[in-house]
Amino acid sequence: MPVREENATKVWQRRTPRGRLALWAGWALALAVLVACARQISEGTLWVFVADAHRQAADLLARMVPPDPGYMGVLWRPLWDTVNIATLGTLLAVAAAVPLAFLAAKNTTPHPAVRQTALLMIVSSRSINTLIWAILFVILFGPGVVAGIAAITLRSIGFIAKLLYEAVEEIAVDPVEAIRATGGSPGQVLTYGIFPQVFPSFVGVSVFRWDINIRESTIVGLVGAGGIGLQLDASVNALRWSQVSTILVIVFLMVVFSEWISARVRKAVL
Amino acid sequence: MSGNDKVLQIRALRKSYPGGVEVLHGLDIDLRAGEFLTVIGPSGAGKSTLLRCINGLVPASAGSCRLRGAEILGLRGAEMRAARRRIGMIFQAHALVDRLTVMENVLSGRLGYTGFWSSWARRFPPGDVAGAFRLLERVGLEGYEDRRADRLSGGQRQRVGIARALLQSPELLLVDEPTASLDPKTARQIMRLLRELAAENNLAVIANLHDVGLARMFSDRIIGLNAGTIVFEGAPGELTDSELSTIYGEEDWSTEEVADVSA
Repeated sequence: MPVREENATKVWQRRTPRGRLALWAGWALALAVLVACARQISEGTLWVFVADAHRQAADLLARMVPPDPGYMGVLWRPLWDTVNIATLGTLLAVAAAVPLAFLAAKNTTPHPAVRQTALLMIVSSRSINTLIWAILFVILFGPGVVAGIAAITLRSIGFIAKLLYEAVEEIAVDPVEAIRATGGSPGQVLTYGIFPQVFPSFVGVSVFRWDINIRESTIVGLVGAGGIGLQLDASVNALRWSQVSTILVIVFLMVVFSEWISARVRKAVL
Repeated sequence: MSGNDKVLQIRALRKSYPGGVEVLHGLDIDLRAGEFLTVIGPSGAGKSTLLRCINGLVPASAGSCRLRGAEILGLRGAEMRAARRRIGMIFQAHALVDRLTVMENVLSGRLGYTGFWSSWARRFPPGDVAGAFRLLERVGLEGYEDRRADRLSGGQRQRVGIARALLQSPELLLVDEPTASLDPKTARQIMRLLRELAAENNLAVIANLHDVGLARMFSDRIIGLNAGTIVFEGAPGELTDSELSTIYGEEDWSTEEVADVSA
């Protein structure tokens, strides 16, 4: 009881004595877990290698600088593939995620059982990393761009659908009721009452995911799913560090560019 | 009262929410064409539920509701939508779709008469568009058609809401707290506009109001609702202080300044 009497005045405290004790116990436990984890990590580490990390870093950097500009000519094609993997993957994911989001949102789902199924699909898509999807699709479709697009799509569906169905659940109900009251059909209620309300988050989420996918599509090549990651993998394996640094610089520029575009688009629709 | 004159006839209307809480305990209401009926009562008395039961936004639990003699309670799907087209509804000012333009909001009053793809492509029949322009002019929003709804003031938004409902060419108008969130002057202007438009179109109107002063000023008849039961029905002049206490509970209803206590 946070309020008690002391010399006939009421004293208020945020927590009860028992609550205070529980709080301290919680912090002590967290600290104990932290120390235990640190010890275990330390035992599993060969500290000799960590000790000369700065020398290794300096060595690696020396081999990477300067980058090899002559290698750029080979990179345009895989770079184009990378952008295509990200863009097509995002478009396909949006096409699948929009209906899924409306099936998953509490206020638009036709039936609770449908909602649970849609939520399960969203969680499965989200729980598997793009790289793992890529490994699966390289086995299914063989190495190449198609596997990369499929991996990006499958991972993005859950991401977009989740953020979108949360936006759908937060819309104002008054405009929706007003459209229903005019005698509009369910499809018209969706397009007039609901969709305009979620349009900004729809665009924002899609472009944000495209921006993430540009970065993710640079690594799906590491497992053979096309794009510039293939080149990166080859250069690392051949110990061509000046080529590696060329690729990293190009990826960096591309990511900066995609972030700039997504920021512009989001600003334009709000 | 001739049979054709009677727009709405509600009998023994009941509404219970899941869990067994009954919010409307069997209401009887009759409404003639051209009549302006106001429902007053404390928050939670069931005023909004009453309106939503009439057009099926909330399904009624029992009773009967006849629109020009035809039962409309319990209709489903296309039949329900066909009934809704004949009933205009005006909400609090927030019920516009913010990101759509004024014209799109007004034209949404015709959705019940327009196919999905035509409405999706915003291709409404020329007659509907002409009607929308006429109504915008009538409610004082000429030239605002391309303005986005979220760029309007509260009073302007409510005028768009009125135009949307009237574009349905309704026989019955349901009005839910039209002046909530409006300043006193705008509230009176909106009520006057509603009153005039109802008279011009010989509409039957049921309006929920919180402001007893406005209800007295603009209604032909007033119903007092308390805890889902009609506890008063009569002309504005019959609404005395003791009747107000029956509707809202005991309170000093005098509008004079509070007497100086030190005197």
